[in-house]
Amino acid sequence: MSLLSVRNLCKSYGALEVTRNVSLDVEPGELHAIIGPNGAGKTTLIGQLSGKIAPDSGSVSLAGRDVTHRSMSDRVRLGLARSFQITSILPRFTVLENVALAVQARSGSSFRFFAPVAGERALNDAAMNALVEAGLDDRASLRASALSHGEHRRLELAIALATNPKVLLLDEPLAGTGGEEAEAFVQRLRALKGRYATVLIEHDMEAVFALADRISVLVYGEIIASGTPDMIRNDPKVRAAYLGDEEAV
Amino acid sequence: MKGIQHISARIWLSLLIFAGFATLPLIAMATDDPFLLLIGTRILAYAIAAMALDLILGYGAMVSFGHAAYLGFGAYAVAILNSYGVTDLGLHILGAVALSAIFALLTGAISLRTSGVYFIMITLAFGQMAYFFFVSLSAYGGDDGTPLQARSTLFGSDALENDRVMFYTALALLIILFAGATRIVGSRFGRVLIGTRENPVRMEAIGLAPFRYQLTAFVISGCMTSVAGVILANQAEFVSPAFMSWHRSGELIVMVVLGGIGNLTGAIGGAVVALLLEDWLAVLTEHWRLLFGVFLILMVLYSPHGITGALERFKGGRK
Repeated sequence: MSLLSVRNLCKSYGALEVTRNVSLDVEPGELHAIIGPNGAGKTTLIGQLSGKIAPDSGSVSLAGRDVTHRSMSDRVRLGLARSFQITSILPRFTVLENVALAVQARSGSSFRFFAPVAGERALNDAAMNALVEAGLDDRASLRASALSHGEHRRLELAIALATNPKVLLLDEPLAGTGGEEAEAFVQRLRALKGRYATVLIEHDMEAVFALADRISVLVYGEIIASGTPDMIRNDPKVRAAYLGDEEAV
Repeated sequence: MKGIQHISARIWLSLLIFAGFATLPLIAMATDDPFLLLIGTRILAYAIAAMALDLILGYGAMVSFGHAAYLGFGAYAVAILNSYGVTDLGLHILGAVALSAIFALLTGAISLRTSGVYFIMITLAFGQMAYFFFVSLSAYGGDDGTPLQARSTLFGSDALENDRVMFYTALALLIILFAGATRIVGSRFGRVLIGTRENPVRMEAIGLAPFRYQLTAFVISGCMTSVAGVILANQAEFVSPAFMSWHRSGELIVMVVLGGIGNLTGAIGGAVVALLLEDWLAVLTEHWRLLFGVFLILMVLYSPHGITGALERFKGGRK
């Protein structure tokens, strides 16, 4: 059974159809990349998967459960975590606090008013583990606002991991990074592969083709092709619509 | 780097403030000035209210412009329960808290559908509704208010009739509530509350919908503020809708800003400074509000983190 299953999703803003009859599945442990030119509706799509945007029709199910009408926070609790294209963190919290809060959200009640949370070993340890996976453990006690852009991208990942997700939605995790930093990030994602079902939206084609088990190509809100990286690379429709003359890919 | 909830340095400052308060009755005795204790009790009451407001304004980014309503609930709980022969301070506080919890729950649930300026306006509107409700309550003097027959009783005794006992009782309440509020800020709940201030979208993306936490904080804050109202009524031995006018709500915000937003000790300091300045400036000139305004503008311009911010900068100046 697919962990994440999207059926006939449609969304229009006025006359503009931004999501046209999109269906896709993500199997356990699979990394499913969604690519497409700018304005293809990738961010709107991930918004509908995460619960930020309500679709006009169609359904989203998580582990067999229909979550189409559940709120973003409900979906996260059911195991659907997302990272943001534009870094969205708690800038005045320390790096560890940012992640520990995500751990707290899924372990025990947050309606505890008296015990000091800073002293909760279990929270801090779990947060530290997520930071190790994101390669940020040496930054744990810094204020989040003091991190570099690349480190912010990794913090986004650590926070998403700390919610203990079944499915990860990564919205352009490499945005704004380049060179060695991007390469290191791809290595990290590769290490996580297989442990989470992942939907990856990314512009960096090199990263996408290196990581993805399956790629779906979104053009004008519609999936025009879906298959293994090899199939996508050789699909004439995709080449025409999206890859253009980029023979190098 | 110290964590977001780190406050131990400010705890010392607050202990200093509490110690200062504790010596006030001695000064009153030495100078033979009975008004000093009354002024002191009034300051303690406002310190509680400012601290309670800071819990949501400073830590939760909810600017409530109707918080004086809870002062009124506290004050009228004393007057109304007294008229039914219920005179115990504990029961007065219980009544005030119960009434405030219901009002805060209802109005908070509606107000929190908005944010920013709209939240300010809608809390102001609810505050005014409460104000006019008590204005029309003719059994308790309506617009003019009503004097209390006697102060609340403490375990059956009329000890609170003594201004010194009244003062120390108010101080004890302030310390208890300060300890409680400090624990809340440092708790799991506090971390979520501060998180909703910093970035509500992020909170949702980790599975914590802000609304429940904000509403809970709003209710806690309202209940705490009502305790200040209970003290004020006893201090003045009089209750009237004037306790809950929107000017009062504004003054509470001024105290929080003056002390340093998001800083419980600061709110207490802000209440002390605002009320003392009011008293001193009023002696100098009847246009004291003008001078107070100038002071407030200078504070906001030159020390955006309020009095405590200025103190901390002064202390850390050599770094």
